[in-house]
Amino acid sequence: MSATLLRTSTAARSVLRSGAPKRAASAAATTFVRGKATLPDLPYDYGALEPSISGKIMELHHKNHHQTYVNSFNAASEQLAEAGAKGDVAASVALQPLINFHGGGHINHSLFWENLAPSKNGGGGEPSGALKSAIETNYGSFDAFKGKFNTALAGIQGSGWAWLVKDNETGQIGIRTYANQDPVVGKFTPLLGVDAWEHAYYLQYQNRKAEYFGAIWDVINWKTVESRLK
Amino acid sequence: MSSVAKYTLPALPYAYDALEPHISKEIMTLHHSKHHQTYITNLNNFLQTQSTASLAGDLIKQLSLQQAINFHAGGHINHTLFWENLAPASSSSTSPDCAPKLVAAINTRWGDLSTFQQKFNTALLSLKGSGWGWLVQDLESGALEVITSRDQDVVPATKKPLLGVDFWEHAYYLQYLNDKAAYAVGIWKVVNWKIVEKRFTGSTDIVFGSLVGLKAGL
Repeated sequence: MSATLLRTSTAARSVLRSGAPKRAASAAATTFVRGKATLPDLPYDYGALEPSISGKIMELHHKNHHQTYVNSFNAASEQLAEAGAKGDVAASVALQPLINFHGGGHINHSLFWENLAPSKNGGGGEPSGALKSAIETNYGSFDAFKGKFNTALAGIQGSGWAWLVKDNETGQIGIRTYANQDPVVGKFTPLLGVDAWEHAYYLQYQNRKAEYFGAIWDVINWKTVESRLK
Repeated sequence: MSSVAKYTLPALPYAYDALEPHISKEIMTLHHSKHHQTYITNLNNFLQTQSTASLAGDLIKQLSLQQAINFHAGGHINHTLFWENLAPASSSSTSPDCAPKLVAAINTRWGDLSTFQQKFNTALLSLKGSGWGWLVQDLESGALEVITSRDQDVVPATKKPLLGVDFWEHAYYLQYLNDKAAYAVGIWKVVNWKIVEKRFTGSTDIVFGSLVGLKAGL
């Protein structure tokens, strides 16, 4: 996660190059905000995850949904900075749900894009090394793990995410679901995230979300997931 | 094996394409015949499981089912109220003139109808995740309020739902994509003000209609 956010300056340049939305660009020009969030480039083309995820979904999801989280997070952050400068504690506290939601949306999507890859470029297959061992120790087999993960995804009531996480106290891995855009922070380190919001699959799968949960495994970037375990 | 009530999908009071162009036929078809049906199927299953657990005196099992029952029962109730409070834009019921008492109360509370609609849409757009926007009447004070409920939570029992708008992505995504603000504007063209007035002037039993009847039959 920190790696994603630290790459901000590079991403910022590429976003400006590719013509960022006017409001974001003018805000960046007129306001000094350290570490302003920007939309990261996708490490693959919009159509590269087909047939698991359609190019149209990827484009809307990245260019519109993720961008909106970035814009709204920056707006809330500016308001928070202003409230902080005025010493307005009540306003600062009142902004926390917006920071959590939009900041979480930015973090979650950034991690999601990175833990996916086209199947012809390393996506899918099975994990190796320490992650493979941890999964087999905890779940018996990779297939059993996938079954548990898909059950967790299907059990989300409303919008949310399922994550494979590492418990920072015990070092154990586990599957957890988070509502809406609640980010994996604090006690747990995010390893693998799957977006279960309807916008992540509806144009292609409509109400047949189990098909989406089945197809996502063909485009999981296990190298990235393994590197997060270290 | 049991006498647990089986809930069934209510027929829509209009055709799947009747709310076009504000809500597409494809959305209405999936929303009613798939999404709503799934809530009902799951609700019936969980109620059956609960009944079995109850007969067995298994309190722990019954408690473990409450969240799922809340979700699927809420999905059934909310969608039923939603279908009823919509109507084709060409229908006379979609004129606010059909709701003279309610509009007078809205004017008293918010100044005018469009200010109320803006308040309602602001509430819809502030939802963080799946949920619903509601115009409700507080049963104790009688005051009108705009509230939201998360996921499939129903309106609290202390308030009477008058108008509900589904703001889950499945309610608009195939047509509006990420432009949920446009859906929130379009929905006002297909609000059945006649039904909303009936809910405002009637009792809670009138609001819930057959849902109350089934409850009484348990």
